[in-house]
Amino acid sequence: MLNSEKITKIVLYLASIIIILITGGMVLTLISGTLPVFKEFGFGFIFSSDWDPTQGKEKYGALPFIAGTLITSIMAIIIAFPFAFSTSIFIGELYRGTKVANFVGIMVDMLAGIPSIVYGLWGFYVLRPLIVDLGLSSQGYGIFTAGLILAIMIIPYATSITTEIIKMVPNELKEAAYSLGSTRKDVILKVIVPNAKSGIFTSYILAFGRAVGETMAVTMLIGNTNIIPTSLFGTGNTMASVIANQFGEADGLKLSALITIALLLFVITGIVNWIGKIIIKNLN
Amino acid sequence: MATAITKTKKFKLKRKFLEKTERKLLRKDKIFTAVIITLSAITISPIVLIIYKLISSGYRQINIAFFTETSPDTYEAMLAVNEGNIIPGGILNGITGTLFIVGMAALFAIPIGLLVGIFLYENGTKGYTNLIRNLTDIMQGIPSIVLGLIAYFWVVKPITSGFSALAASVALAIMMLPLIIRSTEETLKMIPISIKEAGLALGVPYYKILFKVLIPTGLSGLLTGILLSISRIVGETAPLMLTALGSMKVNFDIDKPTSAVPLLIWEFYNDPNMVDLIWSSSLFLMIFVLGLNLLSKRILANRSK
Repeated sequence: MLNSEKITKIVLYLASIIIILITGGMVLTLISGTLPVFKEFGFGFIFSSDWDPTQGKEKYGALPFIAGTLITSIMAIIIAFPFAFSTSIFIGELYRGTKVANFVGIMVDMLAGIPSIVYGLWGFYVLRPLIVDLGLSSQGYGIFTAGLILAIMIIPYATSITTEIIKMVPNELKEAAYSLGSTRKDVILKVIVPNAKSGIFTSYILAFGRAVGETMAVTMLIGNTNIIPTSLFGTGNTMASVIANQFGEADGLKLSALITIALLLFVITGIVNWIGKIIIKNLN
Repeated sequence: MATAITKTKKFKLKRKFLEKTERKLLRKDKIFTAVIITLSAITISPIVLIIYKLISSGYRQINIAFFTETSPDTYEAMLAVNEGNIIPGGILNGITGTLFIVGMAALFAIPIGLLVGIFLYENGTKGYTNLIRNLTDIMQGIPSIVLGLIAYFWVVKPITSGFSALAASVALAIMMLPLIIRSTEETLKMIPISIKEAGLALGVPYYKILFKVLIPTGLSGLLTGILLSISRIVGETAPLMLTALGSMKVNFDIDKPTSAVPLLIWEFYNDPNMVDLIWSSSLFLMIFVLGLNLLSKRILANRSK
């Protein structure tokens, strides 16, 4: 006889199986979708920079999109770092526990609440003309504009974890440094940062993972050309944006190419998050 | 006598030197603080600028019709723009579509998310439980566009044989799941174990402890998690482009193309005649998302009182 105890256990167990089915199913769906491309191009797909959908002589390669994704995301991290780091210090140490810090924290959190498409619109109608006016680029589209909007988008993610980590640095360490005559700057740069460095590093890895998967804002600003970007203000395309742009009209080999890019994106974000998770685990 | 004078002199010199060094250090410290404050101020400026832009460019289009009428066609919009009027019509099809798609996604994700969260809480760190936990983490990292692609192959092609609200809900539900699972587990972990043990000691069956003790005690935490996960998916555009596609009409059929506010923004953006509508629609979407965020924070704050 099944009693209520067992039924509860079984229901919970079944629910957990759904997670396995979903993730397993996703991987299977993606892998089976990549087969045509794999048969045609093999692993060369990843390293080829051809993208020619002309009937009869179709040729596809993921390199321009992988390059575009990595370049924009790395740029986003580089641009975001000084701002996110300063904000974390501001909230977590300099003005810790004050109303100002609370206010800044809420504002940064609000950045995380803005939908990607709104960032895209703002980037298109406010940032892009600004970049044209500054004479950095004639159209305002490109790698730099996309990286800049990505930087704003990932700041809340980088800031929130870094702030938590900075707050966790034991007071005794800071007090010891102060009692030896250290200034605030020294305490922050020579006590807090070295103690929190792996945590800070992790928060940027996780922010990087976010940037890699962003679609709409990047699609609206990067220029959508299927080439390896050649300069900071040149145009390009990312893995996520090429899927969003070309999925509607894709079938056959092109569709398979897009699925392969989706699988690569899945694997890259998976690896990035996994690295972040391992570092966090070692921290505890 | 002479030695004493040189000693005071030396001492004075030393003090001067120290004072100079101290001043230098303090100046450096001040510069450092100033840099931190400046960079922090720049960091929060985009949110102010974005909200300003949304309000200043969007308020003109917000009227009653904006909430009660479906989106205009491009010709109507062109006529209105040429005459300098505001564009007629609204985003009713988007609002109903968003509520429909997100509601359905929540219906899928909440029960499963709660159950898996409880499962993780109950089973500690055994091998299988850890596997589920890791898979949940992986799910959380998957870019939303990939989830849209998956829903396309799982629902659009085989089940609804065409773009549909159902497909969009599946994509968004998969996005919500890990968020609900993690928040459920974290919430339950914070409930003192003695409460649960008291129930067990009285011989209460386990499912009753779940429904009558654990869930009511953690209710505000669970609600916060659910609301936050909804606020995360409301603004999603990319997965909807591959699944719901969009529609000019109000639609409540699960197997028909459906619009949503973010999809409408994307359509308006791509149509030069309707560009004036993007800001008001974005303003609406923003208020909706931030409202959900604030509501969830409110619930959490009330609990900790």
